[in-house]
Amino acid sequence: MKDKKQLVVSAIKDGTVIDHIPAHDLFKVISILGLDHIENYITFGTNLESKKLGKKAIIKISDVFFRNEDINKIALVAPEAKLNVIKDYKVVEKKVVELPDEIIAIAHCVNPMCITNKENVPTKFQVVDKKKVSLKCHYCEKITDKANLKIN
Amino acid sequence: MKNKSLVSITDYTKEEYLKILDLAAEFEANPVQDILKGFVVATLFFEPSTRTRLSFESAVNRLGGRVIGFSDANTSSATKGETLRDTILTVSNYADLIVMRHPVEGGARFASEISPVPIVNAGDGANQHPSQTLLDLYSIRKTQGTLENIKIFFIGDLKYGRTVHSLVMALSQFNATFYFISPDELKMPDEYKIYLDNLGLKYFEYKEFTDIVGEADIIYMTRVQKERFSDPIEYEKTKNAYVLRAKMLANAKPNMKVLHPLPRVNEVHLDVDSHSSAYYFDQAQNGVYTRQAIISSILGIK
Repeated sequence: MKDKKQLVVSAIKDGTVIDHIPAHDLFKVISILGLDHIENYITFGTNLESKKLGKKAIIKISDVFFRNEDINKIALVAPEAKLNVIKDYKVVEKKVVELPDEIIAIAHCVNPMCITNKENVPTKFQVVDKKKVSLKCHYCEKITDKANLKIN
Repeated sequence: MKNKSLVSITDYTKEEYLKILDLAAEFEANPVQDILKGFVVATLFFEPSTRTRLSFESAVNRLGGRVIGFSDANTSSATKGETLRDTILTVSNYADLIVMRHPVEGGARFASEISPVPIVNAGDGANQHPSQTLLDLYSIRKTQGTLENIKIFFIGDLKYGRTVHSLVMALSQFNATFYFISPDELKMPDEYKIYLDNLGLKYFEYKEFTDIVGEADIIYMTRVQKERFSDPIEYEKTKNAYVLRAKMLANAKPNMKVLHPLPRVNEVHLDVDSHSSAYYFDQAQNGVYTRQAIISSILGIK
């Protein structure tokens, strides 16, 4: 399996590998991490077989090392994601993601009457349930849950 | 509490509620003072609310302050497409404190984050209306002598009623027992029941209340609005079950008082007005003292 992965998405010398992303959430992860706005060398594969997720995606980003508070944001859509930090083709650190206590400027508030949906106000949520992914809007105080979650 | 905006009832601690209530009692004893001389309070009402606006303006006027503002978004620059952000940043140059009502939920919280002067939320859509909750607490304490261990009935629309939700949150700090009486379609949302469960507080749910009126210290009435029902026949069938009449109060305790945030339509029958339990108009008067307390404490005068 491991060999097959390396065939699909080629190895990087230094950087970060994000594995076990649900395939249909790949582009959300890209958007959350702002990978669509950086100049670094990025490769990704999607719809790869995974026993756990059915179809999974993997992203390899050269020369980028994430701070925990940044990478943890992807737990919103990819709670099972695993990170490998690569230095000189070797995995030097493995990380799992954990939802932070606050989610800022990533998700939309489900309430159409919320100020964040009416004016140019960045969203801000308190994570009230990390397991079920339940977000309480700092402004309108309504709950946005996983089923209604929309990423910017 | 100087310079601390009041946006949501949960912004204040139990001690801060009590400080406001004590201050309101001082204003009730001495409602006309000149302590706000030289201060300007802006009342920005992007949607109309006769009672709340007049109550705030009366509070300021009786303390010698001046009021500027508008009572309807149609007479403000909002009709020209100005954002809330720009309105707040502009008006904050003209006033020492801004009282605002806005139909957008979270508008007051946002305003409090960008405004250099404190904000008092006078209602943001279906979200929060904390000065109402404080005046409700004041009315309960004044009539019952305490806020602790009160048995309170909430009757009518418990699903959408923001005054109900905020008062439940506030009274949860005083070991209240709650009786939620509503049609099925307008039941208390689960999130509040879970909250009370977590605190180990007792609550009961009923569809009618005639047999249990004798339990109540406070009956808090709300309007059952026709537009909240998906089935108009269901509304016709249930509406009369949630109308309070004087004859239903025969077994009420002598200390029991009926509160209502007003405006009333028909849910409290006119024959209750002359009953010794009727308290809703006194409650409205308490609103002025409570708002005098809120404003003077935020401005750092008291």
